[in-house]
Parts: sequence; structure tokens; C-alpha cells
Amino acid sequence: MKKDTTVVLGAHGHVSNAANKRGPLSTGAEWSFELLAKYDRAIGAIATEEFGLDCYPNQIEVISSEQMLDAYSMTGLPIGYPHWSFGKSFIHHDHEYRTGMRGLAYEIVINSDPCIAYLMEENTMPMQALVIAHASYGHNSFFKGNYLFRQWTSADAIIDYMVFARQYVRDCEERHGVVAVEELLDACHALMDFGINRYRHPKPLSPADELRRHRERQEYSWQQYDEIWRTLPANQAADTSSRRPTRFPEEPQENLLYFVEKHSPKLQPWERELVRITRKVAQYFYPQGLTKVMNEGWATFWHYTLLNRLYDKKLVDDGFMIEVLTSHTNVITQRGYDQRGYGGINPYALGFAMFTDIRRICENPTPEDRQWFPDIAGTDWLKVLDFAMRNYKDESFIAQFLSPRLIRQFHLFAVADYENEDTMGIDSIHNDAGYRRVRKLLAQQYNRDYLLPDIQITNYERDGDRSLRVQHRRHRSRPLNEDASRVLGYLQRLWGFKVRLDTVDEEGSVVHYEEAKPG
Amino acid sequence: MSIIIDRRLNDRKKSSVNRERFIRRYKSHIKHAVTDMVSERSIKDMDRGGDVKIPVRDISEPTFRHGQGGDREAVHPGNHKFNPGDRIKRPEGGGEGDGSGDQGGEGDGQDSFTFTLSREEFMELFFDDLELPHLSRTEVGDIVEFKMQRAGYTRQGSPTNLSIARSLRNALGRRIALSARPRHELQAVSAQLAELEDEPQTQELERRKATLRESMELLGKQISKVPFLDDIDLRYRHRVPVPKPISQAAMFCLMDVSASMDERKKDLAKRFFTLLYLFLSRKYQKVDVIFIRHTEEAEEVDEEHFFHDARTGGTVVFSALDLMRQIMTDRYPAGQWNLYGAQASDGDAFGADPDKSSDFLSEKILPDLRHFAYVEVPDSDSRPSRLAAAYRRIDCEQFAMRQVRERRDIYPVFRELFSSEKA
Repeated sequence: MKKDTTVVLGAHGHVSNAANKRGPLSTGAEWSFELLAKYDRAIGAIATEEFGLDCYPNQIEVISSEQMLDAYSMTGLPIGYPHWSFGKSFIHHDHEYRTGMRGLAYEIVINSDPCIAYLMEENTMPMQALVIAHASYGHNSFFKGNYLFRQWTSADAIIDYMVFARQYVRDCEERHGVVAVEELLDACHALMDFGINRYRHPKPLSPADELRRHRERQEYSWQQYDEIWRTLPANQAADTSSRRPTRFPEEPQENLLYFVEKHSPKLQPWERELVRITRKVAQYFYPQGLTKVMNEGWATFWHYTLLNRLYDKKLVDDGFMIEVLTSHTNVITQRGYDQRGYGGINPYALGFAMFTDIRRICENPTPEDRQWFPDIAGTDWLKVLDFAMRNYKDESFIAQFLSPRLIRQFHLFAVADYENEDTMGIDSIHNDAGYRRVRKLLAQQYNRDYLLPDIQITNYERDGDRSLRVQHRRHRSRPLNEDASRVLGYLQRLWGFKVRLDTVDEEGSVVHYEEAKPG
Repeated sequence: MSIIIDRRLNDRKKSSVNRERFIRRYKSHIKHAVTDMVSERSIKDMDRGGDVKIPVRDISEPTFRHGQGGDREAVHPGNHKFNPGDRIKRPEGGGEGDGSGDQGGEGDGQDSFTFTLSREEFMELFFDDLELPHLSRTEVGDIVEFKMQRAGYTRQGSPTNLSIARSLRNALGRRIALSARPRHELQAVSAQLAELEDEPQTQELERRKATLRESMELLGKQISKVPFLDDIDLRYRHRVPVPKPISQAAMFCLMDVSASMDERKKDLAKRFFTLLYLFLSRKYQKVDVIFIRHTEEAEEVDEEHFFHDARTGGTVVFSALDLMRQIMTDRYPAGQWNLYGAQASDGDAFGADPDKSSDFLSEKILPDLRHFAYVEVPDSDSRPSRLAAAYRRIDCEQFAMRQVRERRDIYPVFRELFSSEKA
């Protein structure tokens, strides 16, 4: 199918070159479904044929602004289970939108196979084309290529899973009451960031494998059998201790929700399933949180590149490009730390600048670039970009590819805020001495372990009072926030018995503890 | 190849469930805001939605995060004056130290979460769990009307009530059941016959075929004798009379608009009636509201005039009660209507009027009424008014009186008077 369209397009291009009278695909702001298809074909041809982007098939859906608001507040999924917190975010967005404080994002794209992208009906044709390029080819290829998404999300299953989740939550509400379900979901939501597996667990053994292993073990013990051992007196104490390890879990567990789901002594089966649902949703969004800069940067880089290519091929007119560039410029604006409306580093701006910069380093390296990036300077930019997209997350991407030139361009500087000093100090700035330090600190800022406190389950008193012990390992003497005791209360609700949170310092001694008891 | 889908006609308002949940959860907060709004609004604006503010802290969703303190670095863009080693003051609240690019949740930097309630939602919260008192009585008491209600199907009935679908379903079942044996036999016989057709022709065979044909004919007749529709198939829609409680109500609103009622008092009284009117018009499909305003004489007016027309004069409370009684006998017989009354006045009454009114109320009016509420808007010095003193003697559970001094009293008093019974 794809082959066919490109052949047709190619033929067209040929004719146009000869006759040189082929105009733009459309003019003006109006869009129609025929035009959407036309643009999609043209953009798709450039993306896949010229630049070799590997995408899931696309499903482009046109929706109204109301529906966009709905999708927004469901954290971007088309289907979600009912919960008041989604209502809260809906009300918030709705209010901001109506009072004109904020426009709507012009696109939402869902990491699914086929890749679903939403276009808003209010958009003009150039905007629709921009969104198609951005979402349906930019984000889409990122979802398909990046290692985190490949590892952690199954794009073909998410929609079905959410359908199941919604139905399950509704059934629970019917059976156990809205309030009971809501209370449980509140607790789960509070711990969602701590319900994530960061390392693949080996697949569980199939029954056949298990049987085989059991046989092997038996055979081994038969081989080792020696009558003489039976004559030894049995050591009672040693025997009991070997049956059950004194400490459980043997290793600290960082996935709190998983531990709760598997081991909570009090949860009902349906409650366990709800914990699992929130855990799955958190896991689904896990890669998105780690690749915000890369993902947006990649999509922005590609809408910019693809649409410029359309323009070069004279498929769009000047008016089209001016509108596209206006939006593009708005998206990649980076305000300085002391300017109004500064809200941290804009992931679109940083990501776009970095991908563009990598291309520049490949195509026109300066001596500085050759010194900093000897591997990629002067090589094929498409290959380098593709490699970066596939194998990095924000943290490593910045640590690897942020060039001194960009640090200068963004005027990046690092502020150090140390507890035992009265004032903050300027740690390093965009100069020769500071490049590496700034880059390291900026990369660290996108490190999940740096952003979230380190909280792990260390002990479950299985044979005693069933209490749970959770440890917060303090890093650089940063304490927990004020919410902590409320969250602990939620954890206690899920666990059902006493939960104790110890804060230990770098040496491992407890500096603070808090307890939540049932009732 | 991409698929393009038009989803604009799909269901919107997917979030309305979640929105409702949010409102339900923070009802107490929102109600608080609603009460504030009521005291600030003008009468004409009462019947509208509005913006509600809730402190962000109250609705936050807690998670484990780093708190203030400890050592950290943050990278920011846009440096134009700093050099390494420069010292800068720590900003208040440590905002910069934490500005590591992640959003600070809903409503960055705002301390209240604002949203808009629709008119419906506003009224819902406004009158939440308020009820007309003693309405339940009529449900068992004197039954006057019946209404017919569907109650399944019967075997007897009038032809107009014939349920064709039901009847034909029964007929079909009966036909299948009664013709089952002959049909099976017919099948067997025709199979036999078909077998014989293939064999070589003999006289013996011809004879057997003839008998088979005969029995086929017989079976065919048997089948066709099963009637298409029989008496026992017929089903009629059944209707039974159900006693219908009276749920129609009439509310008498009595307001003093005499000269002693200054603008402030009138405003309070009108606010009270506005609430009452909104409440009634929302609660019951059929509620007649009768507006009576009085100076030294009473007149029945429409809603518009009642609330928005100025008029002054002396005070004779009795005139209003008398008019009310008259209207009751003329148009609202107590047996068929749930009758309610509400009166607002500053209590200034002279001569024999208070006692006369009080007696008239307790003897002639209250026995027929479900509930009567008297709201007094006194002068700022709280001497008990003469009317109030007279009314206080009324000993009747259908009667209630309260004082309203300021705007913010109105809503609580209103709630007190009409909060749903806990029976």
C-alpha cells in the first residue's frame, strides 16, 4: 500500500519538474478530510522514503475542543477509569481554557499500535499539517524506536487494557460502592511513582520448565544421596532457620505497589486488582517521564524538517510556512530565569535545539565540535540521530550530546543551594571551565533517582505483628516533603497493619521515623 | 497508510462523571463558597452559576517528594550577569532551588483552585437536602385519586388491551408443541416414500406407496387442524389502580412592604423569598406559589411585582392572613393540596392587629396547613416585636419562627426551616 502511494507521488513529482506548473497542495486555512489525507500522504512519503523514519501505522482522529479537554484530563489516554482527580484536572483545564489563560495543546498522541493522534477541528490546515508531522511521524517513530518504550510498553495492548480497567473499576464501584473504590484509588495514586519496575524481571517459568527443573533437582539429589548423612544428629535450630529466612523481603523492594499487591495481608482480591491497574498505568507512563526532552525534541525537529521539505518541494505556499513557523517559534521559546513566565527549561526548546545541533555537528563541524564529538563530527547525520533516538533517555542524552555551543546559546548556569550556607552560590556558568559541570548537572536534573526520594520496603514482619518497615534513604541530606505523612497513611491503608517509615542518613543511621497505625 | 477518522460526533462530556465526583468529594468546601456567594449576590443574580474557589492545599494529591533543605544544584537558562563564585540571596520560599523543570502541580503559585459551577450544580448544592416539611403525610393519608399502572398480563381483558405480541408468541409456542408429533411422522413417512421412489416399480410397491401417501395426507390434515390462534393464547395488558398521593403543593408567600420596612429589611425579606421560590420551583413539578404583599391592605401579585416593585404604607398583618384564608377556600381546598405558608415582616404591628392575627392564624389557617414559617427582620435593636410576642404563643408543631438580622443569616435560617426531616 505504502509503496503504491509513493510511486504515484514520485510520478507526480516527475511530471511537475518537467512541466513546472504544479502548485501547492492547498491554499488558505480551510481543511477537509481529502486535504488531510493528501497532506498525510505527502508528509508520510518524505518521512519514510527520504528520511527513513520507522513508524507504526497512523490513525488520525479529528475531535472537537471539548473532546480534547476530555482527553487532556484523562492524562492523555482516550479511555480511563472514573476518579475524582481526573475531574479535578478537567475542571482546571476547562477553567483555564474558558478564561483564556491557556490555549489547548494542538495535539495529543497515544503510544499505541496503530499510533493514534488527535487533531482539533478548530485548527487551520497548516496547523493540522504541523500536527500530523509532529505527532504521526515524529512522536510515532520515537515510540516505535526508543529502547525504553520498546522495553516497557506494549503499544498494541494499551487501549484494550484501559477498556478492561475501566470496566473493572466500574464493576467494583457497583459491587463495593463508589466511596470504597475511590478511597483505594486515592491511596494507589499517591504511591503511583513508587509502583514502577525499573528492571526487567525474568519471565516466570512455564509449568513444563518448572517440572523439568524439579526433575533435575531430584536427579541431582539422588546422585548426591549418601546413606551416612542420615546418621548425623539433626540440628533443630539450624533446621528452622533454613526453612524460612528471618528477613522478608530478603532484598529491599523499591516497587511499593507491587509489594503491596503481592504481599499485603489484608487486601481483598478486587482491591489487589485495582492496585495492579494503577501500577500498570504508572508503568505505561514511565518511559514518557524519562524521555520528555528527547521525545518532544525529536517530534519538533521532525515537524520542522518535514514541513520545510514540503516547502522546498513547493507543495505548500508562503502563507502556510509563515503560520507553521509562528507556531513553531512559540513552541520552542525558552525564557530566561529572570523573565516573566519562566517555568524551568522548556523540553521542546532544549530537545529541538539538541537534535538540530547534532545535525549541524554532523554536517558542518567546527574545530570545537571535532574536539568534543570526534565520533559524530562529519558523519551521516541521519544515522547519528537515529542512534541517539533509539538508545538514550533524557539524562544520558544530555550527558552525551549537549554541546558547549548550546550551553552558550542557552546561557546555562548552575546554582548551588547548600544547607549549611546562608546564600546560594553560582556553581558554574557557560565558560570553558564550566561546560562539563553544567552539562553534568543538567543531565542529573533529568535523572529520576535525583528527582524522587529513595524509598524502599526493607522488612515485613511476617511472623510477628505483620507490620511493614519502609526506609527513606536520604541523599545529600534532603528531607522528605510535608506530604510524606499523608502518603504514609495511604500506604498504611493498603497494607492494613502498622507501617513505619525510617529516614536514614548517608551513614545508614536512623535520623527520623514516623508511624502510621490502623484505625 | 494512515487512517483518518472523524470522531467529532463521538460522545463528548466524557469527563462529566469525573467532574461530578470531584464536586461530590469537595461538597463541604464548595457549599461554603456557595453560602458566601449567596450573601454577596443581588436578588436577580441568585438563580445563576458562579465561580467557586477552593484552597489548593485542601485538594492536593500527596506524593513522596524531596522537601526543602539539603544540598542541591539547579541549572537555569538566560544567564547575563553571574560569574562562578558569585553569591546570591536565597529566594523566599525556596522557589528557585526547586525549579528543576517539573510542574508544581495544578495552578502554579496560586493558592486557590478556581472553577465554574453551572446553574444546575449551583442550585443543587444550594438546596442540598432541603425538603418541604411534613410532605410525607399525604402519601398515606386521605387518598383522593387513583392512577392506573401497568401490572403484567392477564388472560382476560377488553380487546383494546390485547397484547398482540404476547398472544402471537403463545400461539406460536402452542402450534409448535401440538403439531410436533404429526410433523415428525410426516417427515419419517416422506423419507420412506422417497426411498421407495428409487426402487424398481412393482405392484406391491405401488400399494405401499399409496398407503404412505394416504397417511401423509392424514398427517397433513392433522397439522392443519391445529388452529392458528386459540382462546388460550390471548393475553391482555393488565392495569391496576394505584392510590396516588397528593404531591401538589401551594405555597403562600406573605411579605410586609409597609413604610417601617426600610430598604435593608425589604432586601432581607426578598432574599428569603427568593431562596424559597427557587427552592420550591426546583423541588416540585407542580407547586403553585401565591404572592401576597401587604401594607394596610393586602393584594395578590405576581412574582415580578412581588420582588421588584416598590410600595409603601401602614401595616395591617391581619389583612394578609385574611386574604390568604380567602384564597385557600376559593382555590386551594386543603384536601387536595399540600399547603404551606411563609411570612416575612419586621413585626411592627399596632393595636389589636397582632393578637387578632395570631388567633386567626392558629385557628383558621394553621389547621389546614402543613407548615408555616415566620421570618422576622427586626430593627437592629432587638426588642421583641409585638407580632413576634403574639406569635410566640402559638403552640403548634406546624409553626416555626426565626429572626434574620443580616444577609449572612438568611441562608442558615432557611436551611434550618427546611432541612429534611430525619424520620
